[in-house]
Amino acid sequence: MKLLKTYILIAILMISGQSFAQQTPAGKQTEAITIVGATAHLGNGEIIENSLIIIENGKIIEVTSKDLTKRQYPGKIINAEGKHVYPGFIAPNSTLGLVEISAVKATVDQDEIGEMLPNIRSLIAYNAESKIVESMRPNGVLLGQIVPRGEKISGTSSIVQFDAWNWEDAVVKEDDGLHINWPENYKRGRWWRGEDPDLKPNKEYMEDVQELSDFFSSARAYLEGKRDYKNLQFLAMEPVFNGDKKVFVHVDGEKEILDLIQFKKEHKLENLIIVGGYYALGVAEDLKNNDIPVLVNRPHSIPEEAYEDYDYPYKLAKLLQDKGVLVALESSGQMERMNTRNLPFYAGTVAAFGMDKEDALKLITSNTAKILGIDDNYGSLEKGKSATLFISEGDALDMRGNILTHAFIDGRKISLETHQTELWKRYSRKYKEQESE
Amino acid sequence: MKLKLLILGVFLCSCVLHSQEYFPKNDGVKTRNTNYTVFKNARIHTDPQNVIENGMFAITEGKITAVGKSIDIPENSIVIDLKGKEVYPSFIDLFSDFGIPEPKKAEAGNTPQYDAAREGFYWNDHIRPDTEAISHFKFDSKEAEKYHQAGFGVVNTHVPDGIIRGAGMLVALTPEVSEGDRILEGRSSQYLSLDKSVQSRQSYPTSTMGAMALIRQAYLDAKWYAEGHAKNKDLALEALNRNKNLVQIFATDNLLDEFRADKVGDEFGIQYVILGSGKEYQRLDKAKASNATFIVPLKFPKAFDVEDPYLANQLSLEEMREWNQAPANLKMLSEKEVPFTLTTHSIDAEKDFKTNLLKAIEYGLPKAEALAALTTVPAKTIDQENKLGVIKEGAWANFLITSGDYFEKETTLYENWVQGEKKILSSIDATDITGNYNLKVNGKTYELKISGDPVKLKSEVKTNNSKIGSKLSFENNWMNLLLSSPDTTKSDFIRLVANVPSETKQISGKAILQNGNETTFQVIKASEAEKKDDMKKDKEIHNLLPVTYPNIAYGFSSKPQQQNVLFKNATVWTSEEDGVLENTDVLVKNGEIVKIGAGINAGGAKVIDATGKHLTAGIVDEHSHIAASAINEAGHNSSAEVQMEDVVDPTDIDIYRNLAGGVTTIQLLHGSANPIGGQSAILKLKWGESAEDMIFEQAPPFIKFALGENVKQSNWSGGRFPQTRMGVEQVFTDYFSRAKAYESSRDDSDFRKDLEMETILEILNGERFVSSHSYIQSEINMLMKVAENFGFNINTFTHILEGYKVADKMKEHGVGASTFSDWWAYKYEVNDAIPYNASIMTEAGLTVAINSDDGEMSRRLNQEAAKSVKYGGMSEEEAWKMVTINPAKLLHIDNLVGSIKTGKQADLVLWNDHPLSIYAKPEKTMVEGVFYFDIERDSEMRKEIRKERNELIGMMLKAKNNGVETQPIKKEEKQRVHCDLLEEVK
Repeated sequence: MKLLKTYILIAILMISGQSFAQQTPAGKQTEAITIVGATAHLGNGEIIENSLIIIENGKIIEVTSKDLTKRQYPGKIINAEGKHVYPGFIAPNSTLGLVEISAVKATVDQDEIGEMLPNIRSLIAYNAESKIVESMRPNGVLLGQIVPRGEKISGTSSIVQFDAWNWEDAVVKEDDGLHINWPENYKRGRWWRGEDPDLKPNKEYMEDVQELSDFFSSARAYLEGKRDYKNLQFLAMEPVFNGDKKVFVHVDGEKEILDLIQFKKEHKLENLIIVGGYYALGVAEDLKNNDIPVLVNRPHSIPEEAYEDYDYPYKLAKLLQDKGVLVALESSGQMERMNTRNLPFYAGTVAAFGMDKEDALKLITSNTAKILGIDDNYGSLEKGKSATLFISEGDALDMRGNILTHAFIDGRKISLETHQTELWKRYSRKYKEQESE
Repeated sequence: MKLKLLILGVFLCSCVLHSQEYFPKNDGVKTRNTNYTVFKNARIHTDPQNVIENGMFAITEGKITAVGKSIDIPENSIVIDLKGKEVYPSFIDLFSDFGIPEPKKAEAGNTPQYDAAREGFYWNDHIRPDTEAISHFKFDSKEAEKYHQAGFGVVNTHVPDGIIRGAGMLVALTPEVSEGDRILEGRSSQYLSLDKSVQSRQSYPTSTMGAMALIRQAYLDAKWYAEGHAKNKDLALEALNRNKNLVQIFATDNLLDEFRADKVGDEFGIQYVILGSGKEYQRLDKAKASNATFIVPLKFPKAFDVEDPYLANQLSLEEMREWNQAPANLKMLSEKEVPFTLTTHSIDAEKDFKTNLLKAIEYGLPKAEALAALTTVPAKTIDQENKLGVIKEGAWANFLITSGDYFEKETTLYENWVQGEKKILSSIDATDITGNYNLKVNGKTYELKISGDPVKLKSEVKTNNSKIGSKLSFENNWMNLLLSSPDTTKSDFIRLVANVPSETKQISGKAILQNGNETTFQVIKASEAEKKDDMKKDKEIHNLLPVTYPNIAYGFSSKPQQQNVLFKNATVWTSEEDGVLENTDVLVKNGEIVKIGAGINAGGAKVIDATGKHLTAGIVDEHSHIAASAINEAGHNSSAEVQMEDVVDPTDIDIYRNLAGGVTTIQLLHGSANPIGGQSAILKLKWGESAEDMIFEQAPPFIKFALGENVKQSNWSGGRFPQTRMGVEQVFTDYFSRAKAYESSRDDSDFRKDLEMETILEILNGERFVSSHSYIQSEINMLMKVAENFGFNINTFTHILEGYKVADKMKEHGVGASTFSDWWAYKYEVNDAIPYNASIMTEAGLTVAINSDDGEMSRRLNQEAAKSVKYGGMSEEEAWKMVTINPAKLLHIDNLVGSIKTGKQADLVLWNDHPLSIYAKPEKTMVEGVFYFDIERDSEMRKEIRKERNELIGMMLKAKNNGVETQPIKKEEKQRVHCDLLEEVK
């Protein structure tokens, strides 16, 4: 009897295991793959119709027009005529893998206590087996920057790819960026504490900015000194000062951005990126002159003010780009994790409201890679870069065309199944069987 | 100074009432003063229309006994000559809490309180008709003085707390008499509001619509109680019945609530007098149609500090405009002949009343109207026409004596008489000493300039063209002037004192020097004071910006008109069997689609070349929370009695933005805080129209139900039943059973009409459709079974994220589904939500719609529909139906909207591209033949808005420069609502 129970249990586990376990990460690329005949969207603004793409050992070794070469097609050949090939989309400023179910506190690992936490690292909490992470892949979102949320300095992000056994395997660039939530010049009261929720000038603004500045100065002083004690916060700032860790500043207001530019100069920060940038348009010239790119918040947002153009969030990225600012898209906000799979449609919407389609594609590929500092390997279909790309039935920036047939991360052919596709199949099967009964 | 005046008032008071004949007197001999006071040679404003030049009137024992050009002067008269003075009836304020202590706040608690705390009263603590102002009243002399200063003689006061607030009282502002004499009416009126009592923590109602429903139920219950059906004693209902014939004054603080109050009144045949917001000009037609008299606070928005351009960016156009427009509100009300009276409520009567009144006049309010609004209108409103607000025989001797036209800036209010009791505000005999003088003292000559109001004189003293310090006081014709030494290194003073004669050519008096020596001084008038040149200011043209509908950015200055239109050569997505028709014309006439085909003759209709464009039916959103002032009534686990139609907000910018996304019809649903929510409002997005006019009249009634985590309060603390899905089933079973019992009790003699039960009964009888918020399969199945047990069908499961798991059962039950395209992972119950849901349910034969539940997503429901092409391979035509004809079917309005078919309402969207494409955007959105969105007009409006903002900022900077008082910018937080975000469910 006991044995029977065990069998039943095992049987149940096997059945349910099939539908609830995460997808198994793909193994290393073992043979070359040649993708023939697709329209290749290189991610750098160019298109090659009727293309030839060869990937080998995880790298792209050829991207060209099929008609321009007479070379042999090595390895496995994929006929992709009528289809489209794109570099894997990159989701910056994401909390994927840090939270599974927003409402269930036990699954939330995104926000640590404390004001200045450069030593807090997202990477070690990143859940490579998250069901939400795997749901990115069927939409072509293959890489992401995982960012801790929090107070003034929320921590250090890392960049991962979305097909891995664990965080260590997932890492693309460890500890790539420091994240600062810039103080707001105008603040809302915390209504949940009974404060007036209206927006008012923040009296502590300058003080808050000063605190940040002091922290940077102190960290530098510490690092230049004898370091006779271990200060974890300050030590985590070392790569910031030597240029290895970029500084991502989450900020929207014009005045705040101008103060930030001062801050950048004062602390000689080379790689500084604005995240959000709702009002960045007013200071676009300054951003351009100071080489500050902007990760524009998702276009699927509502304008802040009633008097603003209804399509302002749809076109902000274009307006900034027109002014010469380097721009990419990020998807933070309400329901940000599950919505990150809509990243291609964010880019598509920007195109709908005026940007050239291939330029819009750059907002989630090469521009993002450039901003994150991974463009040597990711973000475009170019010889020598990582074979992180996918094949889509149609225009991947459009819901109707974004239907993936193949996707590769570093040449590994990854599964496009998810918890969701399994449920889909399972229940479709249920009704089909009912019909045939 | 003020104190002295008060004392003077007491001594000079000659006509104190002595009506307490039957009261014993222990502080002296019992006396009675029946002397007359006769005023002559006055310019008497007997009422707003009539003036007696050089008139006379007599008063005795608090009342006016005669008025006329010439009247008999009784022998026992004191005659006062008012030559050059004017007399007005004193003012009446109908909205006051004068003499009422602030209601005591209930102590905060940790858990919500669901039951009433008062016993022997109504089931809801916020219904307090039993409150009597008179039992809380204590005359407040200090406060009365402020009213006197502003010219008021009588106020109607009440306890400003609760939804039904009980009886107010009418009181004369006479400090020197007893309560018995000054109280004109102990129960003058009943007050109401939409705000809960601070004295109770009872949860219900948590919303405006809940408050409205509660008032309705209370009225019904009062009637039922009056008919003697109740077994219990209910002192609140008894009081409500007692107060029935009083004037009913409804306090609101915003324009939409004004009309909401009026709506409830209309339903019960009650015409409320409405405390307004001062924004009535924004919907004058509605204000007029309400037939209400408005009590308007004499309050205007201050200009904002716009120096900081970053902060100025946060300022809404609406707020800026209101600063510009609101001072003209009263003028516009009077032009439209909307009756109104004025109140000092929410302003500092002493400081701001006259300033603001003059401002309203400057903006065009006729003086006679202003006077009427302060006298005859309130008197009539409170049924005191012959006693208050007029100077006529038999009326109370409540009047003002002024130096001239009260409604001019320089006019001085000398005296305010109430019930024959005199209050001196400024000495009537005071000599005007303003002017330019030469002052000679101690061998030196100074230039002395005296200016300002008689009560606030200013002095300026110069010697050899350099100013020296001086301080002037002037009281009872005694002048004190302090001069400091011209040598600033010394602190020498000269004190001057003189009794000023009525002729001020020369004044002389005593000077006391620093060293204590006394000498004399002379002041000789050199010239009269320069009259302030107010004329220039009067003539300043107020550049009033036009009111738009609604009065916010992108409102229409003139309403767009219905047009006959021929869309030529479009790709037409019919959402019907015809599918997608290429190169097709669609003719719209009188708001309807009249012809679809090729080569249609325009016949006078406006032709729009739609070559290369796509024409579709307007999008129907089954689940929306835009255009609402409130979403959840969370005070009970059932709130079937509340109506979303009560809280439609036609001024929500999201309406316009939704139109820009092609949405034309929405179901405004109640939230998901409780298993049985509220009644839906199905709206046409007719931007610029009133709330009423947006309601989709032909749509059948709906109600929101909800299941799962929200109703069991999983994600926040709450202590309300139910806390589990097991309890949710019982809530439904209980209410449905009770509704059945209710129905069978209809013929009972003690039957009590219950709005909640009536609504639930409509559901059971198939007269009201249910749209139920739902997630997981167990609860979906449960609700269908409960409904089947009670013999009705659930109409729609909305959200229905696990619908794909029970699609077969849903099909069998006959319920439709309205779902999100791809939302999941935000709470536990959406763990198995999949984007293939819509496809599977469609394949299973259900009517499936894609809804938004979100003011952002609803702007691009076309994209959301297109996701089913990706997830599950749905055909494009089928996908498009999910946001047009399918939701129309779910709402039972598919005979009118949701597809392009002759005879249907012309709710159409012209897209620049394939409507399911990510690159598509609406260029024109039409509702019933009216283009409420047009991308070209939109770009014009953007330019105008930019221009208007700049203009307003310029005006505000100028105002501040001119010394006008300003306020810091503060931006109101707009609460965006979903029923699916935890923080907002509360």
